[in-house]
Amino acid sequence: METYTLIVLLLAATIRVATPLLLAAIAGLFSERAGVIDLGLEGKMLGAAFAAAAVSATTGSVWFGLGAGIATAVFLALLIGFACITHKGNQVVAGMAVTIMVVGLGPTLGLAWFGLGGQTPQLDGAGQRFTGIAWPGAAAAKEMPFPGLLYSELLSGQNLIVYFAAALVPLSAWIFYRTRFGLRLRAVGENPHAVDTAGISVNGLRYQAVIISGVLCGVAGTYLSTAASSGFVRDMTAGKGYLALAALIFGKWKPVPTLGACLLFAFTDALATRLQGVALPVVGVIPVQFILALPYVLTVLLLAGFVGKAVAPRAIGVPYSKEK
Amino acid sequence: MSDEAGSATAPGRNSDGAAGAARAPALELRAIDKRFGAVHANRAISFAVAAGSIHGLIGENGAGKSTLMNIIYGFHRADAGEILVHGRKVDITSPQGAIAAGIGMVHQHFMLVENFTVLENVVLGVEGGALLAGGLTAARRELEKLARDYGLEVPLDSMISELSVGLQQRVEILKALYRRAEILILDEPTAVLTPQEADQLFKMLGRLREQGKAIILVTHKLREIMAITDRVTVMRQGAVVAEVMTKKTSPRGLAEKMVGRAVLLQVDKCPATPGVALLSVTDLEVRDRLGVPRVKGVSFELRAGEIVGVAGVAGNGQSELLEALAGIREPSRGEIRLGGRELVREQLDARARRALGLAHVPEDRLRMGVVASFSAEANAMLGYHDRPRYGRGLFLDGAASLAGCEAKMKEFDVRPAQPALRISAFSGGNQQKLVLAREIDADPSVLLIGQPTRGVDIGAIEFIHRRLIALRDAGKALLVVSVELDEILGLADRILVMNGGEIIGELARAEATEEKIGLMMAGVRGEGGA
Amino acid sequence: MSAPGKLPRWAELGLLPVINLVVALLISGVVIKLLGESPVAAFKLMAAGSVGTQEGIGYTLYYATNFIFTGLAVAVASHAGLFNIGAEGQAYIGGLGTGLVCLWLGAWPFWAVLPLAVLAGAGFGAAWAFIPAYLQAKRGSHIVITTIMFNFIAASLMTYLLVNVLIKPGQQSPESREFAVNAWMPSATDVLARVGVTFAATPLNLAFGFALGAAVLVWLFVWRTRWGYALRVAGENPAAAVYAGIAPPRVIIGAMLLSGALAGGLGLNELMGSQHRILMDFPSGAGFVGIAVALMGRNHPAGIIVAAVLFGALYQGGSQLSFDMPKINRDMVVVIQGLVILLCGAMENVFKAPLAALFAKFGAKPGVG
Repeated sequence: METYTLIVLLLAATIRVATPLLLAAIAGLFSERAGVIDLGLEGKMLGAAFAAAAVSATTGSVWFGLGAGIATAVFLALLIGFACITHKGNQVVAGMAVTIMVVGLGPTLGLAWFGLGGQTPQLDGAGQRFTGIAWPGAAAAKEMPFPGLLYSELLSGQNLIVYFAAALVPLSAWIFYRTRFGLRLRAVGENPHAVDTAGISVNGLRYQAVIISGVLCGVAGTYLSTAASSGFVRDMTAGKGYLALAALIFGKWKPVPTLGACLLFAFTDALATRLQGVALPVVGVIPVQFILALPYVLTVLLLAGFVGKAVAPRAIGVPYSKEK
Repeated sequence: MSDEAGSATAPGRNSDGAAGAARAPALELRAIDKRFGAVHANRAISFAVAAGSIHGLIGENGAGKSTLMNIIYGFHRADAGEILVHGRKVDITSPQGAIAAGIGMVHQHFMLVENFTVLENVVLGVEGGALLAGGLTAARRELEKLARDYGLEVPLDSMISELSVGLQQRVEILKALYRRAEILILDEPTAVLTPQEADQLFKMLGRLREQGKAIILVTHKLREIMAITDRVTVMRQGAVVAEVMTKKTSPRGLAEKMVGRAVLLQVDKCPATPGVALLSVTDLEVRDRLGVPRVKGVSFELRAGEIVGVAGVAGNGQSELLEALAGIREPSRGEIRLGGRELVREQLDARARRALGLAHVPEDRLRMGVVASFSAEANAMLGYHDRPRYGRGLFLDGAASLAGCEAKMKEFDVRPAQPALRISAFSGGNQQKLVLAREIDADPSVLLIGQPTRGVDIGAIEFIHRRLIALRDAGKALLVVSVELDEILGLADRILVMNGGEIIGELARAEATEEKIGLMMAGVRGEGGA
Repeated sequence: MSAPGKLPRWAELGLLPVINLVVALLISGVVIKLLGESPVAAFKLMAAGSVGTQEGIGYTLYYATNFIFTGLAVAVASHAGLFNIGAEGQAYIGGLGTGLVCLWLGAWPFWAVLPLAVLAGAGFGAAWAFIPAYLQAKRGSHIVITTIMFNFIAASLMTYLLVNVLIKPGQQSPESREFAVNAWMPSATDVLARVGVTFAATPLNLAFGFALGAAVLVWLFVWRTRWGYALRVAGENPAAAVYAGIAPPRVIIGAMLLSGALAGGLGLNELMGSQHRILMDFPSGAGFVGIAVALMGRNHPAGIIVAAVLFGALYQGGSQLSFDMPKINRDMVVVIQGLVILLCGAMENVFKAPLAALFAKFGAKPGVG
């Protein structure tokens, strides 16, 4: 029974960590499937986290916060688009640059507006955060460990963004594989010349893709500052954007496997927290840091072709020009 | 030739009775003109293509065919001139406009998404609704019908990457037909096909002609023109030089027009006195990245004091042969012997081969022969930068490389004689002179030269040719690969003709004529007869 | 035959970076204005704080030392056509090498410790760069992604080592014990005192000289040696490299080893010169500043020194600014850094084309046809 409760709590923690990761990874998926490397995930998320917390704190409504988060991330996405799509700039550099810029800008604006050393005020008023939604009977179900605890701890009690992220996986898979837009998006990441000769605007499609990436990063960032915690603190993404990038590579640029990668990475994170200082039979104490580094090591191994083979969209990273 | 040449002829085969409009050609070009900077790519091109006919467009590489087709398909805009479709003037500014005007194009490099199914590729851009399911079902039905009507069966649910090149091309044709194209342009469609696949393609095109489509076949292969077209337009140096009924011409006549009676460069040259074989190649086979053999069982010898010319239409294995000899491509089979060494088995790279006295002037100067962003001085030692003369130990000697460059510039009359100038700021002829100077400078015994005068002005051509002949007379062995027949005839003592990766024939200079070579280039074995 | 969009060399190397910097500062000025402070006053404060006093200059050059090392690292990789985002991790691991030598051999005389510390720093940094390089050269793994991953792996590894292995017994914060004094890099104050110059006490130390020396060596290597020539050929045109008999995979590995070794130099300044112990996250973003510095310095050692000093001044000036203008903190500098990377690295075409058009209209012909 003890182990069972532990596992349920571990899974609950996994879901909490996986949510922003998944949102960012799917965001990157849209951009990269259209052929634009998305190294700006970290920056867009961080920018959104700041904007969402700042606006939520100021207006008292988390929904305005969400709007601001999305608007900020979309603006940053358009900036990357302007540099890389319109002016054929280096996509890697643009993503890095925007991320670095935001790392500095968040605390700068935070300090000037709130005077709290770069943080935003604590979001403790009603309606300033996304909080868990208890499903009917959750409290009662808790008393009955199986399957009640699963119901009360995993299905119930999550906030809206978690449910949105969960819905996003089938939704994005549907968009990619069942809609005209998805078909064109995948085509433009593989062979933009084919798209152009078919009479479709390559740049138009890529802009749509980076905007979607912006929207989803906006939601991810909002989750970080208004759901997972109560306010913005400096560097609060802490590499989650890059982890999301790793997840989408590990998921071979496909929605469902990307979900799997996010859950795996989130689970290692949750596990690392749990295993802190715990001596296991046989192996003894596993250093937390090794578990935390696992996602990155796995991704490197994958990229090197040692565990399966990830085939990137063929035209990724290459600015489109008509002449070959 | 003239504006009227094409327009008044070739009535559509299945005139549908609508008066007037049916008489108008399916596609008519009037005085299309296009310049790219200093290059006049298209000079007042006019011709017309009737519905229910196949119109050949023939010309050597660089004659301006591709530019013209790109204008028709909306990739480029003409500087002047008009395009008429079924007698109506159209303004085509994008591929979308071309599609709307009923023009379909099968590009030489297929515009297909490799990891999409055939069906997905066909519907891309005309999906018939925001959701795929409905559109795909309708498209499947229509494609099955098209396939039946035209004999264009393709497995609709296979990935493109699983299909043979011939089938991929069929998908491209289906794409055009699915978009209701009445005018179909095929750009070098057989370049990538086996002869059997090419025959199938021609059968297919015949059926499309019967259905009243207007087809433009862009090619430089005489055999294809003769086999399938009704009329043919010949282009040279951006202009139409002839337009004739195919029936009323011969391969010989077309070859003459295509190559033109340009002044044959006659460089003074005494007969060769070939010595010992310096380079010998046995049963060489080279495959490309996809494993397709590009050079098939080629054997020959290159002797001291002779120039051997390799003639052939571009893309028949000459480039791969040259790169394999130079140590840039690894052959899949065969031997290359030079100075008592066997280069293939020993896996000697380009540098090791240079050390053995094998120098190489590559076909594509800017892609391979120079580093465009480097100065002339830095380029003048490319491939030789580890030679003792350019420095001591690990270090380069700036004075030595400068002096080396200056000497080369002086000897080969490179202008302007400014070693510090970026190589891309020099004209093509001066770049080539510097590359040639660099490769000759180390006194190689064997010199491989690809397209010695591509993009080189007339004055420099003569200079380069003189230097090559001087090298021959000094006892060097030279292999010259060129798509310019004039150049082969002007330089070579012995001529190898390549077709489809094989050496299809060998001619001594004395017995070689343009006609003979031209026919061999077109794949006709042996001598003489068409 | 001058292609459109070509600028004269001096404009490409000198004018364009200046324009980019000016635009970056203008945008930052707008941000400062929005924050309710005077941009002019802010930039004056920064200038005064960074180069107005001996302390300011000392700190500026101390920061610049780190940025020269990482800037050179990024630039060398860049000449080989590689984008090394991993300088941060390479500096971190490289510093570990230097730190270990200082911890273990601190009792030895300085002249014996120093070369070993330099070698260990370079060696560890190079080793950390080797794996991504090998995977790129032999297995085609994208070096941008692998070097990012290696930054995180480096961080995890270092956290582990500091928390579990190197930590000073009986101490809470994860850092090693202090190096023995023999293993300290002489400070600028001490060095200058020997020649009779008094200089304020700052973290500036002899490592600055090493950074300058590294810049000279990189310049010699890239432009004056056969290997450097091969590296540039492979970076500019891999097809031409194969044609010339230069094997691109070997160049990739060689360039990344050198790049990692240069990044490893950071430990000389930060650990040996300033902190005198190994501590968490001591590169603190210098690897990323290196990207900005290399882009702005156009990958030329001289340009990199100038850009590094500029960024050093920005970092030092930024600290000063946060004292005097409570509404603004040092993070403003990071914003400027991001802007510089964006403008120099990703938006160069935005400025290049109009500038080239201007030159074509008014200037002399840049090339000869």
